Amino acid sequence: MAALQTLARRCSTSMLKRHFSVSSPVAAQMTVRDALNTAINEEMKRDESVFLLGEEVAEYDGAYKVSRGLWRKYGDRRVMDTPITEMGFAGIAVGAAMAGLKPICEFMTFNFSMQAIDQVVNSAAKTFYMSAGKQTVPIVFRGPNGAAAGVAAQHSQCFAAWYGHCPGLKVVSPYSSEDAKGLLKSAIRDPNPVVCLENELMYGTAFEMSEEAMSEDFLVPIGKAKIEREGTHCTLVSHSKSVGLCLEAAQILEKENIFCEVINLRTIRPMDEETLINSVKKTNHLVTVEGGWPQFGVGAEIVAKIMESDAFDYLDAPVYRVTGADVPMPYAATLERASLPGPQDVVTVVKKSLHIQ
Amino acid sequence: MVGASRVIWAVGKSLTTRAIKPSSLSVIQAPYRYANKLQSTYTASFDDDKPQFPGTGTKVRFTEKLDFLLPDASPAIPVYRVIDRQGEILDPAQKPELPEDVVLDIYRKMVLLNTLDTIMLNVQRQGRITFYMTSYGEEGTHMGSADVIFGQYREAGVFLWRGFTLDDMMNQCFSTHQDVHKGRMVPINYGSRDINFVSMSSPLATQIPQAAGAAYAMRMSGRSLCVTCYFGDGASSEGDTHAGFNFAATLDCPLLFFCRNNGYAISTPTSEQYRGDGVASRAAGYGISAIRVDGNDVFAVYNVTKAAREVCIKESKPVLIEAMTYRIGDHSTSDDSTTYRTSDEVHQFKRDSPITRLNSYLVKNGLWDTDKETAYREEAKNKVLEAFERAKDRKKPPISALLTDVYDSMPAHLERQAAHMRRHVNRYSEHYPVQDFLDEDSTGR
Repeated sequence: MAALQTLARRCSTSMLKRHFSVSSPVAAQMTVRDALNTAINEEMKRDESVFLLGEEVAEYDGAYKVSRGLWRKYGDRRVMDTPITEMGFAGIAVGAAMAGLKPICEFMTFNFSMQAIDQVVNSAAKTFYMSAGKQTVPIVFRGPNGAAAGVAAQHSQCFAAWYGHCPGLKVVSPYSSEDAKGLLKSAIRDPNPVVCLENELMYGTAFEMSEEAMSEDFLVPIGKAKIEREGTHCTLVSHSKSVGLCLEAAQILEKENIFCEVINLRTIRPMDEETLINSVKKTNHLVTVEGGWPQFGVGAEIVAKIMESDAFDYLDAPVYRVTGADVPMPYAATLERASLPGPQDVVTVVKKSLHIQ
Repeated sequence: MVGASRVIWAVGKSLTTRAIKPSSLSVIQAPYRYANKLQSTYTASFDDDKPQFPGTGTKVRFTEKLDFLLPDASPAIPVYRVIDRQGEILDPAQKPELPEDVVLDIYRKMVLLNTLDTIMLNVQRQGRITFYMTSYGEEGTHMGSADVIFGQYREAGVFLWRGFTLDDMMNQCFSTHQDVHKGRMVPINYGSRDINFVSMSSPLATQIPQAAGAAYAMRMSGRSLCVTCYFGDGASSEGDTHAGFNFAATLDCPLLFFCRNNGYAISTPTSEQYRGDGVASRAAGYGISAIRVDGNDVFAVYNVTKAAREVCIKESKPVLIEAMTYRIGDHSTSDDSTTYRTSDEVHQFKRDSPITRLNSYLVKNGLWDTDKETAYREEAKNKVLEAFERAKDRKKPPISALLTDVYDSMPAHLERQAAHMRRHVNRYSEHYPVQDFLDEDSTGR
């Protein structure tokens, strides 16, 4: 296994632009969009109580085409276009879940979920607890999260920290197609309310999918991070699109013989502390990378968790965070670029952690 | 192959429960667009001189008169009643076919609720519970509801009518270990799977779109059931209400909207809450049938609820009932309504409440008298006080109930915390009021 991974790493630097963890034979290439589509399709086929609702999900095939073909296949009963009221259709979905169905509630972007956030937090997240385990809300809220391109302040916010804050919710944030398919399937099957934070810019990106990942029963467990790339000098932790950023940075650093371990969180809540702690014990250096804002963000939580654990004694430098700039996202392309971390930012901070110029 | 559903529904008033297995879902006969080929939902024809716009439907005509549709152009929606303020039945044909003992039971339940409220109000003022809400003046709106219920907060009588006991209520208010909610909810936020009343949630009007979603689920299940959704005049202003109405109509949900219009939303009178003709007038705008009823007349409330339920189920569409009534008590124990309304106003409305109205009818028809009244009031008081005595010193849920039910299975970090808490409390038990909580090992659960 280890030999295979070393071989893969050596090959990948020369042959491919992307790094991937080789666990099973590669069966096909699949975009994140298609992976999500497949996940929803398979779960709707498997369980009659699963249905999809949201704006433009039916005849239009979804604002980002994630639900392509589903309305044509399943009809009005299972794929529903809703009027433009996030508060309304999130509420409907919560009520349907309380009544025993398994809704997938799509927000066109998670920015619009703020108009429904009471239903997500006060009704979906807290109900199981408040009803002493009597009332389940087996719902999935999904949609694109975080920065896209040129969509400015009100369409670019990352909600990982907002939803990750709430007990009663599970929050996943896939990076690759495998992540997207496996996590969404797990989310749909999970009896708890799950928020699935996708990324619009990743929808069109294709990834290798193993044979196992192509199967109808492929699940990625919620709450388990994935080590995308092993390393020894510094741990990079990230979620969603920023995982790609970390892999790029790791590639740049490798040329200078700095080997980073890249961890893809996959799940924001419950976060896989164990994997993070074990990695820090190995590398003694940690840098968190995210597209969201710094204050009270995912990185802040990771830092706190590491400080509170015995990994603290293994740190040779403070934990550093690489985040989006603490401003509402500007529109101008140059400013937008400057507001988000790039590979060079990660490289600079890793070197800072390692006390290298 | 299909996962088992965890939905349990009671049929009608029966307390037996049955699981819906998704494999037994049947398809509703409803005009759906077929997904196989694209069909135009609207065909325009410019041969006739009629408006051709997708937004208006086919019955609309052009006009050359510039006339605004004034909001008070139509007369206000009338208030349907059966019994007048003196207890006389005005139209014998409208008298509901209810056996005498049922009518007496309705009366007794309203009096019981009234008695419970009076005692619990005092209990709160004594500091034994933190919060309470009375239903003074609105007891009549509770005695008749259908199938699965989403409530707001002032529907205690619905619980009593359906078999929720005084002990159940006391356990909830005192957060004892016998509370079905394990002490997690604010007092009076009852809920019960057995009687199909979804646990109440505080943010106003959030239950309205949820009720529409549940009704949609009912419809998909093919069973002849509807959902009743209670809300007040204040909640009708929330955005969720608009969305809930619109969805119920566009999705053909078998949903019975029941608005308790009691004239006040804490201190905001209806004259400041809306400008239109109450809540019933809005229904037409959504394509929903509506009726306004005298909420203090239980016979009228019964009749409209029964008729509305039939429409909901047979035609699979929503119906709105606006029950007009008056909030005699304060909004809650955190409110002092003397600061925004006169006691004269309250006294005036006290003269005609659901209890006094039905009492007049019963006395007039020889079914009730002052002796019976005195005797039952005494009985009710004793029942309530006995339940109070049983609950007031009952142990709270076990301490571990703090950390359970966040998710379907306890996450590792909470397990660690639970173990730590257990060790700590066991070691320093003399510093903690452990005797107030049920033992962890007790099967009292």
